[in-house]
Amino acid sequence: MQIYLPIAEVSVNAFLLLGLGGIVGILSGMFGVGGGFLMTPLLFFIGIPPAVAVATEANQIVASSFSGVLAHFKRKTVDLKMGTVLLIGGLVGAALGVVVFNYLKAQGQVDLLVKLCYVLFLGVIGGLMFFESLNAIRKTAKGKPATRKKHNWIHGLPFKMRFRVSGLYISVIPPLIVGLCVGILAAIMGVGGGFIMVPAMIYLLGMPTKVVVGTSLFQIIFVTAFTTMLHATTNFTVDIVLAVLLLVGGVIGAQIGTRIGVKMKAEQLRIWLAVMVLAVCFKLALDLLLQPTELYSIGVGGH
Amino acid sequence: MTLSKTLRWLVAALFIAMPVTAEEVVLGLSKNEVAITTSFNGSEILIFGAVKREKPIPDGEPLAVIITIAGPSETVTVRRKEKKLGIWVNTDSVDVDAAPSFYAVATSGLLRDALNDVEDLRYKISVPRAIRSVGAPMNVLDAASFTEAVIRIRGASDLYQLLEDSVTVDDQTLFQTSVRMPAALTEGSYATRIFLTRGGKVVSSYETAIDVRKVGLERWLYTLSRENAFLYGLMSLAIAIAAGWGASAVFRLFRA
Repeated sequence: MQIYLPIAEVSVNAFLLLGLGGIVGILSGMFGVGGGFLMTPLLFFIGIPPAVAVATEANQIVASSFSGVLAHFKRKTVDLKMGTVLLIGGLVGAALGVVVFNYLKAQGQVDLLVKLCYVLFLGVIGGLMFFESLNAIRKTAKGKPATRKKHNWIHGLPFKMRFRVSGLYISVIPPLIVGLCVGILAAIMGVGGGFIMVPAMIYLLGMPTKVVVGTSLFQIIFVTAFTTMLHATTNFTVDIVLAVLLLVGGVIGAQIGTRIGVKMKAEQLRIWLAVMVLAVCFKLALDLLLQPTELYSIGVGGH
Repeated sequence: MTLSKTLRWLVAALFIAMPVTAEEVVLGLSKNEVAITTSFNGSEILIFGAVKREKPIPDGEPLAVIITIAGPSETVTVRRKEKKLGIWVNTDSVDVDAAPSFYAVATSGLLRDALNDVEDLRYKISVPRAIRSVGAPMNVLDAASFTEAVIRIRGASDLYQLLEDSVTVDDQTLFQTSVRMPAALTEGSYATRIFLTRGGKVVSSYETAIDVRKVGLERWLYTLSRENAFLYGLMSLAIAIAAGWGASAVFRLFRA
């Protein structure tokens, strides 16, 4: 069944969109990530204009994170104070990101920026995660539990604040910077940024794992909602029909994925996630390095 | 010489002096409106007509029919990638001043037989002529390759079509063709022109328009997103959250 998307101005198969949403949903349910970093490139591949894909994906992330954060509120695994600090950084970052995005769009370099961001971040995060979980698997095989360093240079910074839920007493500078970076990425890459924020919260801020996901979801909802509004009012690129179709598939997929995820070991899950992240990174890097079949591209409107 | 005789002579002289109007187009379209609905997946337009004559079919060169459909023109920026520091990045760019968003040329024979270059230049019929490119920046030496790229890229997605030998002409009088418009259409008035040619020269032409419009939900969402962007953004968020919540509620219901 073909469906014409009013904002993207292309006609696509509705079941293809539902299916894409479903598959990405399964993966995100299994690994506890938003899946935006997979969905946005997939939307490029099926011919959705990049600007529309990025803006619409931000809208979709708001909705798919919403039921998640409610569940975490019920279990009291959201650090509201930390979430707010991350959010302040995030909102500033998102505004900066949209400005950069619009500037580079006018210069014709936005595709390059988005792809470079993906290659860089996916490569670093995927690589770190891969070796970290490989080590963890080796250690548990030897019978020793995996340990993490608790104190580092982060604890020497000023403006300290107490985060009761996380049991931390640290400077507000690192969470603000983490939030800022995630906000910029959310606006430029059309991702929630969970795949960057979750490792940063664990390894950089030293937050306990049980509050990390809820707190990051809390921050992501507000930052992506803000990004959606910015894209909708400056670029007119949010396609609600596309968002709803992806969402319905995504939510159902996520429920299935969560059930599969429960049956797998945490280290195994993480190593598979790392492999997936590296695969997407590799594909995008290849696109930049190999000569494209069509060297020319058309953008509507003058300089 | 009586007055009536003089008149008769005058009328006859007029007929000889105006060979252009000797053959005229009478046109029909299967539809003069294309409605883009939610299930829109392109549209096929049937164009048919007849040649009206006051005199018998002229001898000599046979009649050829050329039909063009052009979407609204817009300025497009064409960018070219180059390898810089090991990766492929956009470097040179050329603004093409006016390129139709859709362009189809259907002819009754080969285009080069039906139309000579002078007439093509005058009426801007062939695909390369329909694109207007005035100037390229000083640093770009091969501006023509950018215009060619527009034709190549849009041709690949059926936005530019050259349909030679697709117009059927019966007895040099009745003609018909059909043009398939792809799903990725922009809104606007699509100028539709019919040319009758003999020996490469245009002997008559006719112009009408096909209106391409979004309707219903498509129209409403599109208008809202442009004219009331803030409200549209809020609505998108609300609908998305409701849909996400609804879908997970339904799923839980199934499991219970």
